[in-house]
Amino acid sequence: MKGGGFSYWRRKTSNAFVTILFSSSVLIVLLPLILIVGYLFFKGASSVNLNFFIHRPAPVGEHGGGMGNAIIGSVYVVGLASLLGIPIGLLGGMFVGEFPHNKFSTLVRFVADVLNGTPSIVMGVFAYTVVVLPMKSFSVLAGGFALGVMMIPTILRTTDEILQTVPTSIREASLALGVPYWRTVLSVVLRSAKSGIITGILLAGARVLGETAPLLFTSFNNAFFSYSVTQPISTLPVQIFNYAISPYRDWHRQAWAGALILVLAILIVNFAVRVFSRQRFDQTV
Amino acid sequence: MSNSNDINSGIVAQDLKAFFGNIEVLKGISVSMQKKKVTALIGPSGCGKTTFLRTLNRMHELARNASIKGKVIVDGTDIYSPGIDPVLVRRKIGMVFQKPNPFPTMTIYENVVAGLKLTGRHSRKELDEVVERTLVQAALWDEVKDSLRKSGASLSGGQQQRLCIARTLAVNPEVILMDEPASALDPISTAKIEELIFQLKDTYTIVIVTHNMQQAARVSDFTAFFYLGELIEFNNTRSMFTRPQKKQTEDYITGRFG
Ligand SMILES: Nc1ncnc2c1ncn2[C@@H]1O[C@H](COP(=O)(O)OP(=O)(O)O)[C@@H](O)[C@H]1O
Ligand SMILES: [Mg+2]
Repeated sequence: MKGGGFSYWRRKTSNAFVTILFSSSVLIVLLPLILIVGYLFFKGASSVNLNFFIHRPAPVGEHGGGMGNAIIGSVYVVGLASLLGIPIGLLGGMFVGEFPHNKFSTLVRFVADVLNGTPSIVMGVFAYTVVVLPMKSFSVLAGGFALGVMMIPTILRTTDEILQTVPTSIREASLALGVPYWRTVLSVVLRSAKSGIITGILLAGARVLGETAPLLFTSFNNAFFSYSVTQPISTLPVQIFNYAISPYRDWHRQAWAGALILVLAILIVNFAVRVFSRQRFDQTV
Repeated sequence: MSNSNDINSGIVAQDLKAFFGNIEVLKGISVSMQKKKVTALIGPSGCGKTTFLRTLNRMHELARNASIKGKVIVDGTDIYSPGIDPVLVRRKIGMVFQKPNPFPTMTIYENVVAGLKLTGRHSRKELDEVVERTLVQAALWDEVKDSLRKSGASLSGGQQQRLCIARTLAVNPEVILMDEPASALDPISTAKIEELIFQLKDTYTIVIVTHNMQQAARVSDFTAFFYLGELIEFNNTRSMFTRPQKKQTEDYITGRFG
């Protein structure tokens, strides 16, 4: 039939058009990531070697040196931040997610959203005021505090949203068995929401891992390996920052290598997130 | 009509009203359901059958802004009197939902023992014993005995519903409330559930909501007809279906509306 033929070709062309549109959008999204990672490899890969991971920065003029202390420092500060951010974010998220219509929940959600949108440098100033000034010293504690406060709203809001996606029927199944409410939340609801919550935590961690501004006034920097929570410490982003603004070639190369490692670390965490959120769907024991 | 006014046995509702906000959904229900009998609740959609069922194990109050007035007396105790723990009420009065709702993150085994494990400590041997006993009771044992470690969600709809029944039996209730337990199932699974109800009624008091007249006639000893939040007629099932006393009942069971 004539009309049939016409609509067939029309469908073919619009199909092709839409396919091209979609593919190019995907490319546009992927391009920056590919360019960034590619460029970092190009500039930084040659300086990544064992020394880079185990040594501290070398003084100006000397070759070699590494960011071993900064890597340890980043793990240290983010670890401390997690000690603060995960429990508070999780408990707050559980409250808000379980009592979504409570007035207090509305307030907490609002505060979390504002906090989420607060520029990270403001967090740094805040941590400077409440931790660095009273302690009269830059410190791991101050850095962990700044990043921890930044983790709270992310974790709180993801936990909140995930808990609300757990179907009422699951809660009711548990309550109807005579399981107390708190036990239902802890053992049934949280269990169903586990992968989503872990995803939220990992993303919050990955996000603060790359933060520089709040650390400039809190954990500051340290040219040495340091393990004391009351002392300043070197972290990857701050170290990259310092090297990048220096006038020395050698340091620039180190900065590229540091940036490469940092981006790879964040990519790995995001990859772990993919694996975790996939698990949610094929859970056969 | 048989003696259905013994307040110390079975389930007695007295002038029971249920609300969502200020909307009155049940308008003063008084009825008495006998121990170890099957009572069917019938009536058109939206007449309050589910709501009534949920007032019987204090699940109603979990909904937002939901409240009740009146009394529900189970074996002589008003389950709404102050000092009664709703958690314990629900342990004694189990519930099977319209849509099968096994715990999706748990295995078949874990599903069955969930109620026990979440409310106390039990030895492995004890749990194994409960799993086998209740799955046999729920006529599911033969189908799943080799796959107890598989996810509960991997079962068919009919099997999931029987798993939910086993899960309810595992906490050892005295009463089982069923809200259209077979409405989402195929005819063969439905027949299995009906057969199951027959087996269970020697041991448990059963209240079942159904929109299927034949099902009500087949499985129940007594039938209650609800209409617009009111109990229109309550009688033994045979009389109800052969000689309905009220015009509305007759219209409904002969399929003239609903
Ligand atoms: N959570 C709720 N909030 C407000 N109204 C509800 C809610 N659940 C049910 N209702 C209303 O209560 C009435 C009775 O509902 P229900 O007990 O589910 O009827 P049935 O089970 O007989 O179909 C209906 O009018 C329904 O719209
Ligand atoms: Mg219903």
